[in-house]
Amino acid sequence: MDIQMKSVSHTYGSTEVLRDISIDIPTGKIVCLVGPSGCGKSTLLRFIGGLERPTEGEVLQLGEPPEGSLNPLTYVFQDFALLPWRSVRGNISLVLEDHGIRGEDANRIIRDVLQRTKLSDFETALPKQLSGGMKQRVAIARALAVNPAVMLMDEPLSALDAQTRELLMDDLVALWTRQPFTAVYVTHNLAEAVRLGHKVVVLSRRPGQIREIVEIDTPLAERETGDPELEAVQKKLWNLMRDEARAADEELVHV
Amino acid sequence: MSDATTKAAAQRPIAYRGGGFAPSPRRWVGFIVFAVLILFAEWGTRSGWISALTLPKPSDVLETFRDLYNSGLLFQHLAPSLTRFVMGALIGVSLGVVVGILIGLFSYVRAGMVPVVAAIFPIPKIALLPLFVIWFGIGEGSKYALIAFGTFTPTVVATYGAVDNVDRTLIRMGQSFGLSWWSIVRKIVLPGAMPGILSGLRISLAIAIILLVAAEMLGAEYGIGAYILEAGSLYDLERLFAGVVILSVLGVLVSAAVGLVERRLLGWRT
Repeated sequence: MDIQMKSVSHTYGSTEVLRDISIDIPTGKIVCLVGPSGCGKSTLLRFIGGLERPTEGEVLQLGEPPEGSLNPLTYVFQDFALLPWRSVRGNISLVLEDHGIRGEDANRIIRDVLQRTKLSDFETALPKQLSGGMKQRVAIARALAVNPAVMLMDEPLSALDAQTRELLMDDLVALWTRQPFTAVYVTHNLAEAVRLGHKVVVLSRRPGQIREIVEIDTPLAERETGDPELEAVQKKLWNLMRDEARAADEELVHV
Repeated sequence: MSDATTKAAAQRPIAYRGGGFAPSPRRWVGFIVFAVLILFAEWGTRSGWISALTLPKPSDVLETFRDLYNSGLLFQHLAPSLTRFVMGALIGVSLGVVVGILIGLFSYVRAGMVPVVAAIFPIPKIALLPLFVIWFGIGEGSKYALIAFGTFTPTVVATYGAVDNVDRTLIRMGQSFGLSWWSIVRKIVLPGAMPGILSGLRISLAIAIILLVAAEMLGAEYGIGAYILEAGSLYDLERLFAGVVILSVLGVLVSAAVGLVERRLLGWRT
């Protein structure tokens, strides 16, 4: 199932946030959205997830989601959004219960996703007992449990420290290599974008417009920190973004 | 300054100025405070500088209490009071939680009910006692209603405040996974609001005990409140205090029970 955004524009009241955005999200690829803060990248993600509606343009779903996909468009949140009163297992079963999956069927799915995210030993732990990196892995496991057609990741690593972020990036690459998934990945971290993105969409400051779309052909598994080619891409992205980021930083917030 | 003094000054340990602002449990202090107060009253009344008219002797109160227990009257008074307390509080708290959640979730209910609750809250419920008697009769109905009414408003206020405080990202998460409205309320809103609801429960149950006495002012033959009121009108201070002690103990027990429920249900809090 592909996602296509066709000339999407959006305004909040009199503030124009997004202008004429068209992006294709092909199956099995990770598309990164980068841009200065306040450029509307999270808003774009909410359009794709159906949590908000654009004022103009449309977001299309091309083709049917794969058989057995319980929740085709599934979010991974920056702040994990785990229910603190449910165990790791309970947080995952939460999203299965509403689809009538209980008992042995649920157990099978939960075991599978916990094993894929290396959490099998922590099934009964409460979120308060877990580190930030593990919480986000639980959130990823929960997203995988509903077998999504497209994962919508809203700065999933931004709340984590640098080391944990490196580890989790490796985990995501391993996860994708084992079984490619489609994802839209919002971040302000260019290193994450060049590490995980097949396609990096650079947005300008508000109103967000597409500055450039950069395709990176190196397979995910072969990307390593310090790779000169990737460094060059990252530098290019930074050059595109620097002035925008500075200007965005100096803008007053009108709320 | 000489070399010797500067050297001595250079070695001073850095003064500690952290700590405090973090009360931790101290188990027996509460009991000790009670014991000291009671012993002080006992000593004062025995030595005579507190006159028997000012304060009854704690040992006499204990004696009265023992008589009450031995004569079987204690349970004759306690049983109807506890029934009224439980029934009234149950009705008031459950209605309050439901209305509180509705206020928390629906704009129109909020706009309509918040002013009503604000108007009802400050009414001294005792003042409405005659009205309740007309509406629900002189029997148990009016007593349940009075206690229910008194516990209802604080529960509503605590509950909708608690619902307002439920983390919105958790609700968005539920929506993004396609959970039904009812599932979101039951599995996210209600547990998320539980800490606030339980701390509201402490207040409303204390109010229920206060209203117990008021409810038994009218046409109650048995009940702790009736017992206290009767002793009060006879200026029988020993019996009055024995009754008051029962209410205090009831308050401590209720608060301990809520604490127990909190520990069971809210173990997930950091």
